[in-house]
Amino acid sequence: MFEYCVDPSQLSGLAWLSCYLTTGTHFNFYWSFVTVLMLLAVTAPVALAFGFGGAMAARSHLTPLSLIGKGYIAAVRGVPDIVYFLFFVIALDQGVEWAKHLFVCDDLSQPVWNGSEFKVCAAAKVPLATSSAIWHSAYAFALAVFTFALVFGAFAANVLYGAMQAVPRAQLETAEAYGMTQRQVFRRILVPQMWVYALPGLSNLWLILIKATPLLFLLGIQDIVYWARELGSAKTSGNNPYPHGDWRVFYFLGLLVFYLAFTRVSEIFLSRLTRRLSHGQATLGGEQLRKAGA
Amino acid sequence: MTCIETIQAYALRSIGIGERLLPRDDFTLCQHFTLIGSGLIWNVYFGVLALLFGFFLANALALAKAAHSPWLRKPAEWFIFLFRGSPLFIQFFLAYEMLVLLPKAGIEVLGITVATSWTTKAWAGALFVLFLNTAAYSAEIFHGALKSVPKGDVEAADAYGITGWTRFRRILWPTMLRLGWPAYTNEAIFLFHATTLVFFSGFPAFQQRGDALYYANYFADKTFNPFIPYPIVGFYFICLTLLLIWVFGRVNRHLNRHLPSNMRGRIRLRPQLIR
Repeated sequence: MFEYCVDPSQLSGLAWLSCYLTTGTHFNFYWSFVTVLMLLAVTAPVALAFGFGGAMAARSHLTPLSLIGKGYIAAVRGVPDIVYFLFFVIALDQGVEWAKHLFVCDDLSQPVWNGSEFKVCAAAKVPLATSSAIWHSAYAFALAVFTFALVFGAFAANVLYGAMQAVPRAQLETAEAYGMTQRQVFRRILVPQMWVYALPGLSNLWLILIKATPLLFLLGIQDIVYWARELGSAKTSGNNPYPHGDWRVFYFLGLLVFYLAFTRVSEIFLSRLTRRLSHGQATLGGEQLRKAGA
Repeated sequence: MTCIETIQAYALRSIGIGERLLPRDDFTLCQHFTLIGSGLIWNVYFGVLALLFGFFLANALALAKAAHSPWLRKPAEWFIFLFRGSPLFIQFFLAYEMLVLLPKAGIEVLGITVATSWTTKAWAGALFVLFLNTAAYSAEIFHGALKSVPKGDVEAADAYGITGWTRFRRILWPTMLRLGWPAYTNEAIFLFHATTLVFFSGFPAFQQRGDALYYANYFADKTFNPFIPYPIVGFYFICLTLLLIWVFGRVNRHLNRHLPSNMRGRIRLRPQLIR
């Protein structure tokens, strides 16, 4: 990076450190923080959409639909999320390849699951063995996003379901008395009012989601945990220009500080949002704001 | 091998009793159930002990956080923020790397050598992390419950001349437990779920003695079929969760036994959604 970094063995102190922290692998490490933030930015809205769908299904008057919604919520809450992370990555991968296998392969006589093997023809591999590395990592990332969204969608569905139930019944009845249809009541009365009830649960969920991101490591993505382990492990002087002992503890300390700071900032932001949303609501928080303003 | 033989060979495999070699091919459903169930011993071990020790520390922390003196309050607040604000996964990694750095030969304390190697083992190191983690989460719950003890209860105690330690032991503490119990039940469930992380986070499984998810992952890696082992783990954990809810429900009933029955029904197991 810097000009004086040509021969690191001659450097010491801060100069050495500045060179060490700007090596190519370290930029991969910094880039992986962006991966984590990207995952959060993509997953949060998708999970919210899943949650909305789940909550609407659970509220439905059609029994099968309501059972599906409730089953989705209950299944994810009862089982450790890491089980889903390990399960869905293989299951989705195999499911996609199997579906593609049925369409593109000519020879369908061989069973796909055979003993301890999972075999599809070369054309059905996702992504194809010939495609570039960037597609492989993009596919892994997409699988991770989908898995996260599926698990956190169930938690969000639980929160939103509770919030929809918490909107005062009188509000909905008044809307019906004015002649609104069910759909109008849902869109114009229920959804705008439910957010203030959902926010405590959703902000809690956001904090849990932040803290679940290190699990990306288990999904085989080169995330911050992967790089912290790689970079921190002891380097011998043989082929590495920057030899050092076992520094993993410092790297993990860095990750800890990153997460603490991220959590703190989120907390401050969410408490402001809660305040804003409480304005004019028929809740204790809204009442306090009204009195403070008067 | 019949199923009975499999159970005899592998039921206690996770604590080192029985067959040494794990099954390598021709995996049967019975083997799946037995080995994963055997791994569950570790999940129960971590969960029960961390909850038990954590309960006491959580009470102390909750009181410290509610204290007037900043010398007590600030450390408790920082401890709770540290453990609630960072991922358990990172805590496991960090704790493991720190424990590895302890001198191998042991530490000399007053002429006695204290061995350190056992702290890097999962049964001690991971338990310690889980203990601190659940203590922090539970302390936050108990602190919130302590803040919401009805003012009237405390005033009634004052009127009867109950003060100090007696007031805490007979009025504040039981009410705090009663109010915090539904949330604490949730915390216990999530703690049991969190125990599955232990063997995926730095702590090595000694002689392939792992927890339920460790064995499920072993099967999934060998058979390349995730559709059998992971649902079995799920099944075991749903049973464990139901058992926990039942036990904690019994305690909840005991804590609320003095209330009229229509008030009792209002405390139900449901996450706190509304302030």
